[in-house]
Amino acid sequence: MRNLWLFISKYNAFFLLIIFFTISLILLIKNNSYQRASVWNSSNQLIGRSYERVNEISSYLTLGKTNDSLAAENAKLRNQLATSFKSDSIKQITVRDTTLKQQYTYTVARVINNSVHQKNNYLTINRGTKHGIAKGMGVTSAKGIVGIVLNVNENFATIRSLLHTETKVSANVNGNIGSLVWGDGNYDPRFAYLKDIQSHLIIKKGARVVTSEFSLFPEGTNIGYVAETRAKDGDSSLDIKVKLDTDFATLQYVYVINNLLSAEQLSLEAQNKVE
Amino acid sequence: MGRVVITNSIRFLLLIATQVFLLKNIGYYNLSIPYMYILFILILPFGIPNGLLFLFAFLTGLTIDVFYDTLGLNAAACTVMAFVRIVFISLTVQRDGFDNEPEPSLGIMGFRWFIFYAFILTFSHHFILFTFENFKFTEIGYTLIRVILSTLFTVFLILITEFAFFRKKVR
Repeated sequence: MRNLWLFISKYNAFFLLIIFFTISLILLIKNNSYQRASVWNSSNQLIGRSYERVNEISSYLTLGKTNDSLAAENAKLRNQLATSFKSDSIKQITVRDTTLKQQYTYTVARVINNSVHQKNNYLTINRGTKHGIAKGMGVTSAKGIVGIVLNVNENFATIRSLLHTETKVSANVNGNIGSLVWGDGNYDPRFAYLKDIQSHLIIKKGARVVTSEFSLFPEGTNIGYVAETRAKDGDSSLDIKVKLDTDFATLQYVYVINNLLSAEQLSLEAQNKVE
Repeated sequence: MGRVVITNSIRFLLLIATQVFLLKNIGYYNLSIPYMYILFILILPFGIPNGLLFLFAFLTGLTIDVFYDTLGLNAAACTVMAFVRIVFISLTVQRDGFDNEPEPSLGIMGFRWFIFYAFILTFSHHFILFTFENFKFTEIGYTLIRVILSTLFTVFLILITEFAFFRKKVR
């Protein structure tokens, strides 16, 4: 205790400074509104800033977790987006073709990619093997034929459009069978040409052109109507311009036709080749 | 002893009056403001006890504060200055070598010592004064300029006063 008193008296100037300075500060802050406000403000600011800093640092520590939760939330929200839903429901329409005793099933599909201005046009639909689509199936729209399934994977299929130089469809006009082709000098998506119709036949303008029984489409499926008939000199067949029923440019929904008997037919035909 | 009390009392009154009635109205654009009243604390006798020195400094500052409406501001600055004075004198002056209670004035201590003394003490006082008046660190540059310019002004006034009144008291 004595030492404490000695210490204090030895350094009395310092302790007196502290005492008087404290009194002055108390007076200053108590009696001057500006300094009082400043003290409160700065202490509040100090506390706020320190909390902010600590929070900044601690937020780095939980950054991984935060990222994970944000990613999870993103995924959740993406799942709710309308575009992430691929309509998986399938409407199948069964047509019993009593005439030919042949059964076709129709699978509705949405066109997700389309082209009409190429030399060889293709479409992509949102149906694949999962939905029973197989290579070589015919595709029609509500109005007329569209093309033939070219490649299939699990969820999608590409269609070789009618607007393709290699697509040939057996067509029937007034009981006369010809071959419907596109391309080869005609790149208008609205028209196709019907070949191999004998030139002595009179094909009137406006006559219906439908699929024949030799095509992979059900017989009588609409193709279009005759827009123009022209006899070429020195040629035995007519040059028939067909206005297509299907508007390829605005194609939205198509039907994939599954010929249930085609496998049987093909296997039978394959036997001929083997021999 | 009695003479010292009377001298200092008159000095106190004169300096306070000069400060609050004359110097309060003088200043250079709020940048250079003289606080010459601290001369009273500067030239209190060497032999004064520390407690008394602090009390006088505090009361002087408080008196000025009453006139300036800044209660506690000058008191705080003067308290700090009193501490600086104690430290400075204990470092530079042998107290035992004086009799009949001399004062740390220009005439007794010489020009070089006095100007150094006045400058250090004035700076400490003004630094506390302006810092606490401003009370934020964001304008520290402006505050420092004010401190330095005011210090120069105050020291100038103190030197003039010292030359005018205490020159004859040559040791």
